[in-house]
Amino acid sequence: MKHKGKKKFGMVINLDKCTGCGTCMVACMSENNVPFKEDESDKLLSITWMRVYKLTNDEPFPHIEECFLPRPCMQCDGKHEGHPPCVSVCPAVATDYGFETGIVSQINTRCFGCRYCMAACPYHARYFNWWDPVWPKGMEKSLNPSVSVRTRGVVEKCSFCYHRYQKAMEKAYSDGRRDIAEDEYQTACTQACPAGAITFGDLNNPDHAVYKLKKHPHAFRLLERLQTNPKVYYLSSREWVRNKADNSIAGQSAATAGHHSS
Amino acid sequence: MDSALIPKGVQRCPLWQFLLILAVAGAVLLWGVYAMFLCWIKGLNQTNMNDYYGFALWIWADLAVIALGGGAFFSGFLKYVLGRDELKNIINYAVLLGFICYSSALLILAIDIGQPLRGWFIFWHANVHSMLTEVAFCLSCYFAVLSIEYLPLILENRQLAKVPFFHHLSHNMHKVMAVFAATGAFLSFFHQGSLGGVAGVLYGRPFAYREGVLVWPWTFFLFTWSAAAYGPCFTIFITRLTEYFTRKKLVKDNVIDLLAKISGWMMGTYIIAKIIDTIYWATVTAPAAGFRLMDFYSGNSFYGIWILLLELILGGVAPAALLLVPRWRANPRLLWVAISLAVVGVCVNRWVMVLQVMAVPVMPFDQWALYLPSWQEVATTILPVAYGVILVAISYRYLPIFPQEAELNPIEETVKA
Repeated sequence: MKHKGKKKFGMVINLDKCTGCGTCMVACMSENNVPFKEDESDKLLSITWMRVYKLTNDEPFPHIEECFLPRPCMQCDGKHEGHPPCVSVCPAVATDYGFETGIVSQINTRCFGCRYCMAACPYHARYFNWWDPVWPKGMEKSLNPSVSVRTRGVVEKCSFCYHRYQKAMEKAYSDGRRDIAEDEYQTACTQACPAGAITFGDLNNPDHAVYKLKKHPHAFRLLERLQTNPKVYYLSSREWVRNKADNSIAGQSAATAGHHSS
Repeated sequence: MDSALIPKGVQRCPLWQFLLILAVAGAVLLWGVYAMFLCWIKGLNQTNMNDYYGFALWIWADLAVIALGGGAFFSGFLKYVLGRDELKNIINYAVLLGFICYSSALLILAIDIGQPLRGWFIFWHANVHSMLTEVAFCLSCYFAVLSIEYLPLILENRQLAKVPFFHHLSHNMHKVMAVFAATGAFLSFFHQGSLGGVAGVLYGRPFAYREGVLVWPWTFFLFTWSAAAYGPCFTIFITRLTEYFTRKKLVKDNVIDLLAKISGWMMGTYIIAKIIDTIYWATVTAPAAGFRLMDFYSGNSFYGIWILLLELILGGVAPAALLLVPRWRANPRLLWVAISLAVVGVCVNRWVMVLQVMAVPVMPFDQWALYLPSWQEVATTILPVAYGVILVAISYRYLPIFPQEAELNPIEETVKA
């Protein structure tokens, strides 16, 4: 099944604008009923569909610079379209590539918790529910009814707020339309970002902002050399930030330029 | 007291000694069972795994016992398919060890998955593109084959064999065993390979990823090869250990020598292929992903280049050389060294292909992640060892595991001595 002419939702995150405030993380957790524990100090056990990393240029004072890099699921296309690193490894088809949207789904009720997808993901975008979700008293009333809570023992990850896409499409159909406008489907993190650093839309649609932004000379993706082909792009005017996006050895040219296959 | 159950023509330790061994191993087993239930009831938060270490001690243990249990399929292949009849004197033990290893692997997997009650999804919702799916199918089928291979041995117990039906069933099963051995070899070639493929297909993890042929990365072939090479060494290792503890010679030297020689050839050829694979990976595959070899072996407090040398040289070249030279192979001490190094070598290989894959940072701004297993993980990993000791002890006491035992240890002479 070819993707041509279909939607391919993606994100462009302007790192020059990101202040590292973490609002995107909070919005994501709230929107998607992401469970949390009393003690979240061990980040290797925290579920953060959207995680903000802090990068530095490794220079001494006063030349040191910092950059914050929000990392949702990259919704990889993979080496061949529809073959992200995590999808083909799942033994029970609990994660799948949506050719209609380009979004990599996670079927929580199908997952039996082997965690092979986590081993496959180089971005650490997949999280395991080591504990049963427990909500502080009264907070269960504020859970988002559009997103099912997950049980202990399954993997979860960012879905680009897929339920919002479903709602937008339902509304469009009830209005007699067959498609949605750019602003009808936006992720929670995009809308919450106070700096407007995140732009979301259809990477295949020339009318959407992301279509132009991904072609910006300063646009890059994480780990281009691995050919995971992510649908999350970043923008930074700083070269050291762009260089931090991928591994390279002496003599190799930066893989972050000119590899925009979408 | 239980002499009526003990095979004719052999001597066993007093019952109290036997029960004491069972009690000690049983206590360890119970400790493991307690940890297992903790994991099942409270969940995998009982482990020290985390979101960087989705695969950890258990998956290593799985891969290691399956490689070590490879002695069963390869010995069966050599005896029944290639007709090396001398191996009939060790094949029973190889099958028993294989049975223990594979049942342990299945048990560990049942503990390892986050939702054990959904374990059947892997068969029902099978993704044919996943290496793990093939592992699950082949592993289960091969365990069934091992059970079929083990059954006639149980039926040869002195008392059970008195029942005509059991006697005939055992006899007839022996006659068709070649079919099961060939099936077992066929299944093993695939699931051993798929276990290698589990890491090799991870193109998002440059430490693990390998190119290959069609859908099979090189690790697919290397894992099958190494299981065939190292598995028989484990069979010899445990045989020698059993001889040490029982203070008896149980298998003639020519049988051990033949298996050791074949293992040596398999290991020698394997380690050449593995070194070529490592060189290609270090100079072509990893650099294409932006990594130098030493990126994988520096910048952390544990994984240095020593682990690669331990795997390739001490755990590969050295035992292969010791097993290939007849004079060295014939020396009991050097044989001990060789099979011990081989067991370490294959375990280290499986370790790095699981644990080090998880440890190496892939994103340039990420960090190495090291991990120490919790006591629950350790206990559940030791559990199969205790279970293995118990099954070996019971099988050795009551079943004719070693066909040459009576000839090598005549009772009359023992009494005179």
